[in-house]
Amino acid sequence: MFKLLKYSLLDIVKSRFALLYTVFLILVAISIYQVSEDMSKVSLSLLNIMLMMVPLIAAIFATTHFFNNLEFTELMLAQPVKRRDVFLSQILAVIVVLSLAIIIGFGVPMILWGADVTVLTLLGIGIGLSIIFAGLAFMASVLTRDKAKAIGISLSFWIYFSLVYDGFVLYLIYSLSDYPLEKTTLGLVFFNPVDLGRIIMLMQLDISALMGYTGAFFQQFFGSAKGILLSSAMMLIWMLWPMGVAMRVFRKKDF
Amino acid sequence: MISVQQIHKKFGKLEVLKDFNLEFEAGNSYALMGPNGSGKTTLIKIILGMVIPNSGDVLVQGEAIKGNYAYRSKIGYMPQIGRYPENIKIGQLFSMMQDIRPEIKSYDMELVNDFGLNEMLDKPMHTLSGGTRQKVSAALAFMFQPDILILDEPTAGLDPIAVELLKTKIKKEREKGKLIIITSHILSELEELTNHAIYIFEGDVFFNDTVESLKEITGENRFSTAIARLMEWSLKKNTIKTELSHV
Repeated sequence: MFKLLKYSLLDIVKSRFALLYTVFLILVAISIYQVSEDMSKVSLSLLNIMLMMVPLIAAIFATTHFFNNLEFTELMLAQPVKRRDVFLSQILAVIVVLSLAIIIGFGVPMILWGADVTVLTLLGIGIGLSIIFAGLAFMASVLTRDKAKAIGISLSFWIYFSLVYDGFVLYLIYSLSDYPLEKTTLGLVFFNPVDLGRIIMLMQLDISALMGYTGAFFQQFFGSAKGILLSSAMMLIWMLWPMGVAMRVFRKKDF
Repeated sequence: MISVQQIHKKFGKLEVLKDFNLEFEAGNSYALMGPNGSGKTTLIKIILGMVIPNSGDVLVQGEAIKGNYAYRSKIGYMPQIGRYPENIKIGQLFSMMQDIRPEIKSYDMELVNDFGLNEMLDKPMHTLSGGTRQKVSAALAFMFQPDILILDEPTAGLDPIAVELLKTKIKKEREKGKLIIITSHILSELEELTNHAIYIFEGDVFFNDTVESLKEITGENRFSTAIARLMEWSLKKNTIKTELSHV
């Protein structure tokens, strides 16, 4: 599999997209570092941009990559290699490139202007979200035969988790405000990787007071070692299941 | 050498292959023909493991291909349209294919040299024309001296010189006693390269015999007219079928 991965990476690293994405992230990071000196404010601004951009780029890039490489994938399936390896080399190449872009794009400005633990958490969340949305995008791609449809599904994952889901949770809290909802909202957060990332980060930044009573409750939960462990485990499940489903389908798919 | 046994394949509601049986023997070269959508490419893809049949078995040199991938090192496959990662160079593509097969040490570089690909190993794939990509596909199919060659429209898009080179190469391999399967719509080419005709019609084997007996049965001297007659018959059979079903 590593042989295949090596050549997939060789191809993808040279594509203009990887370079553009990295440069874009560097520019974003530099401009935010220019605006503020306070490290936690920098982290917060970076977080907000990252939570919107990273899943979007990961979803679109993974889908287009899958379909652009479809004929090549077919050719690889005619070679003496396992289907599983063909699939893993494709998705891992995408994940490695997306992660490298985040590490370099956010990492270089950090080395220049300093960083703390919260920024490292930020990098981790960025990579986690890239893996999750690349997995979701591959799942959408193997389930459809049409590029436009797959991009549409990937985009709706992004819209759903970044925008719609929060609206839904807010509506729920608002309309059921007479009831104690802390545990319910806590549970709901687990079903959205973007929220999960945001909350892990916010807890580290120690600004949960801004989030009122629920925030305090989250702090109590997520701040404890058990909370961090559980939420990281949940992130891990989010990274694994879309990829797992995509691989299962891929292994039985007709090309 | 390849034995296709009772293959059944459906795409949604469309039955592409129905109880399909076929034997390919070493030393023969087969012309796989049929109208568009008759199931030729599906058959090839099933043999290569790219499409998974609903039921039935395929044996390659006695081994079932289900859940098996090593058998593919015995097959050289030239796809109809070869598309490769854009930013990879020809040389890198070759070394990747060689890396995948560590057990094969000696390579057949004849086509690589004949097509002049050895002088452009540093060119990235996205700079290549369609014909050159086709040359790359052909060179790859022959590179590992496989026992079985499956060529899907091998000469489409090639210039006349390259077509001649490829045909000579195919004939050379045929002399060595390899199994060759060719699909094409260019009948003159099939006549030149193959000795066995298989005509697939609506997911069934309509004709499967040597070219000589094809000519004998149809009463035609020329290959192309014999095939034309075969197509006529297959269409007639079809109308009879529909008439019956109306009754």
